[in-house]
Amino acid sequence: MHRFVEIKNLEKTYYGHGIFKSLKNAVKAVDRVSLGIEKKSIFGLVGESGCGKTSLVRSVLYLDPPTAGEVWVDNTLLGDLPASGLRSFRQRMQIVFQDPNSALNPKMNIQNSLEEGLVNRGFDAPRRKKQVSRVLDLVGISPSHSTRYPHEFSGGQKQRIVIARAICMEPDFLVLDEPVSNLDVSIQAQIVNLLQDLKEDLGLTYLFISHDLNLVAYLSDRIAVMYRGRLVESGSTDEIMNRPLHPYTLKLFSSIPGMETTAMTDDAGNMPESSSDGVKPVSVDTRGCHYIDLCPLRGRECAARDPQLETVHGSHKVACFKINKCMRRIISTKP
Amino acid sequence: MQKSDKNLLDINNLDISFIQARGAAHALRGIDLTIASGEILALVGESGSGKTVTSMSIMGLVPIPPARINKGSLLFKGNDLIGQPHAEMRKLRGKEIAMIFQEPAKYLNPSLKIGEQITEMLVLHLNMSKKQAVEKALEYLDVVGLGKSRRVLNSYPHELSGGMKQRVMIAMAICCNPSLLIADEPTTALDVTLQLQILKLIRNLKKQFSMGVLFISHNLGIVREIADRISVIYAGKIVESASNQNLFEDTLHPYTRALLQSIPDAEKRGHRLRAIPGSVPDAENIPSGCGFHPRCPLAQDMCSQEIPLTKDYGNGHSAACHMVH
Amino acid sequence: MKRFGRLILTVLIISTIVFLVIRVIPGDPALTIAGVDASESDIEAIRAKLGTDKPMLNQYIQWLWDVFRFDFGHSLTSGRPVSELILERFPLTLTLAVLGIVLSIIIAIPLGVISAVRRWSFWDYIGMLFSQAGMAIPSFWLGILLLMLLSIKYRVFPLFGSGSINHLILPSISLGIARAAVLLRLTRASMVEELSKEYVITARAKGLTERMVNYKHALKNALLPVITIAGIQLGYMLGGAIIIEQVFSLPGLGRLFLFAVYQRDFPLIQGGVVFVAFVFSFINFTVDILYSVLNPRIRIT
Repeated sequence: MHRFVEIKNLEKTYYGHGIFKSLKNAVKAVDRVSLGIEKKSIFGLVGESGCGKTSLVRSVLYLDPPTAGEVWVDNTLLGDLPASGLRSFRQRMQIVFQDPNSALNPKMNIQNSLEEGLVNRGFDAPRRKKQVSRVLDLVGISPSHSTRYPHEFSGGQKQRIVIARAICMEPDFLVLDEPVSNLDVSIQAQIVNLLQDLKEDLGLTYLFISHDLNLVAYLSDRIAVMYRGRLVESGSTDEIMNRPLHPYTLKLFSSIPGMETTAMTDDAGNMPESSSDGVKPVSVDTRGCHYIDLCPLRGRECAARDPQLETVHGSHKVACFKINKCMRRIISTKP
Repeated sequence: MQKSDKNLLDINNLDISFIQARGAAHALRGIDLTIASGEILALVGESGSGKTVTSMSIMGLVPIPPARINKGSLLFKGNDLIGQPHAEMRKLRGKEIAMIFQEPAKYLNPSLKIGEQITEMLVLHLNMSKKQAVEKALEYLDVVGLGKSRRVLNSYPHELSGGMKQRVMIAMAICCNPSLLIADEPTTALDVTLQLQILKLIRNLKKQFSMGVLFISHNLGIVREIADRISVIYAGKIVESASNQNLFEDTLHPYTRALLQSIPDAEKRGHRLRAIPGSVPDAENIPSGCGFHPRCPLAQDMCSQEIPLTKDYGNGHSAACHMVH
Repeated sequence: MKRFGRLILTVLIISTIVFLVIRVIPGDPALTIAGVDASESDIEAIRAKLGTDKPMLNQYIQWLWDVFRFDFGHSLTSGRPVSELILERFPLTLTLAVLGIVLSIIIAIPLGVISAVRRWSFWDYIGMLFSQAGMAIPSFWLGILLLMLLSIKYRVFPLFGSGSINHLILPSISLGIARAAVLLRLTRASMVEELSKEYVITARAKGLTERMVNYKHALKNALLPVITIAGIQLGYMLGGAIIIEQVFSLPGLGRLFLFAVYQRDFPLIQGGVVFVAFVFSFINFTVDILYSVLNPRIRIT
């Protein structure tokens, strides 16, 4: 028995273009990522641009099949499904992207945009209309507006419509890729509330991706932090928020404006910054911890071997040689 | 027109609209802003609230027409910039008033080397020789934390990371030693771990060169980190102005308060967020009276009828709301 | 280097296609050459001369070797080596094409840039009028018109023949105008697009003069697509401008190939197709190199 969504050792490698795929140019975008999402829970994935979030999502949904590893959704191994089976299974997994402006076809009215997927499911016209009205109502858009075109709606309304299109297919797993980042501040909270309501009402399971730690902490039941293709830390929201351990997680925390600085700083009070911002693609033959260039705690072993996600306490896991050793001792001796 | 030059920038009752085929858009409805030398004023607002029009009008880059300046003045070092000839404004831009933008990747010319993009300003504004300009450019790369790197000078923008590009933009902006720096969402497009570093850099540069800074943002968290004073703009009107501390600890305007309450964080877990209903009005359809009244929890009849005046509540804290006493 | 490899590969593929097409189409070239009354032994002799009696693979290898040496045998009609015929005609076509493209660039780029910088101005309307007319008027008609006006009525330029640059001016104008019309539209569109980009705002915010903003910052980026299209157009013209050569009775490649097709001169057709393919690929290769020099984002690594 697996958890509702179970990702095991997922890998995605991109090879160079051309007739001869050279290993030299191969880039490992996702590197042995494993995570499980309980049914009707929200799993938050935090990472910066270029960390492999998007590649991970594409692999999980089999929009771009992974190079290695397994994806189980509701005890179905996606890699085993034939193309037609995958197509029909994909109705159960929908995605909402960051930019609602590019997610909707500007030349299609809302009704047509939403019912496209339903046509494939063999719904007849009256049933499609009913379903579209139902989901528009759910996201707080008046069904009477279904003949309007995307440009007639504001950014927040467009994102509601995109969400409506996703739930129109009656999925049970929703991937939310930075769903509020492009919205106005005063609108973000509306959409966040809507997502929470829909999850409760429809019994949905979310993979919520964001660079905004505050937002992820507010919404998620569990959190994983991703850095350059690998998960560096995962745990329940309380575990991560109360005791962030990985040096990269600490750096993320200290970057939240207005938060107390908990990151290690150098003598001048500056945080280390590499000239590459740490988001350069990782070549397949890179060995050792990916955070080594920026890490204040780095040591010899960090370069020699790949750190694995290891349990620190409860469900809290960290992939760091330095933290593992000292922290595990501290935590386990705590009453 | 002479005035005491206590303030570096003094915007009085500036009112700008854009004349379009489908009607007029009232972008700024009489805003007041002041910035002193060595001070960071943050202008906080959502998309379409008038932030960008404000900064572009200071730069003299608002195209007239379609724009029309209905009234108001824009005093920079005591001189009204409104109505200045184009040639005069051009000499001020880059030299006296400089600007950095949200996405450095888009705002740098992709096919010119960094060195050329910095030195062309020095040659133009300060009449430097090419060689002097290169030396100066290296100096400023060092100031923004990139070291005296000839490698950076000889790079094209795409060869640099996002953080480096924004540092280059900043070096470019300050190389002629401007008295006013306009920073339009300078950290929004950057990764979270870089944002704070760029904020620190701007704060240090302000001190080092005693510049006035107009910092434009939609993010109250970031503004809290950097600003000396904050003005909140909504639908083309400043609704509240206060020192950094006062704005957060003694919030007066319902819009500011609603914004603060709607920001999610771990502490609010399990509770619904206090969302602001409705959506941001566009400049073509600004509600009558107080622009915020359709979304305001405190709104009364008078709010939809009368535009509230800006009242001073002491300590430089002002707000424009009928319901604040 | 990688691009050079691609150039070689293209020529190789084209040669192979030409080889296959000639073998696959029904009809034995030897029969066509020999004529209806030829005896069996005559046909055998011609087959041996053409090499069509050998196995396919041998023929193919021989063919590639011939392509490599630029030896396509002898023309069936004139009996002279095909390569000689092509090289004899090529200088004229090359001059005509280069003159045509240079002329179109001289017209298109300045006018396109002015149209974009001063949109809806007098010059913009002139430019639009020009590009509309240039695209609508067939080049042969323009050629005939020019001939009637400048050669027959006013006798400024020679009517027929070749040999001096004077003979090529009217043909290259006829060729160039149509190309200029296309390039002008492209330059204007590209320049308008560049001027709306964010880095132009930066350039203005830096206090640069409008001249610097337009010509130093925007133009360099705007020229990139123009160069690509101009290169492709040059490639087309190098294949011979059949109609224009016909109108002006110029002995260029176009007429040579037209003649070859009429006469079913197989070796000449083969050689011609491979030659044009090579020239076209070479122009593309050169444009690619030029493009990467101008566009630092795709520098060869």
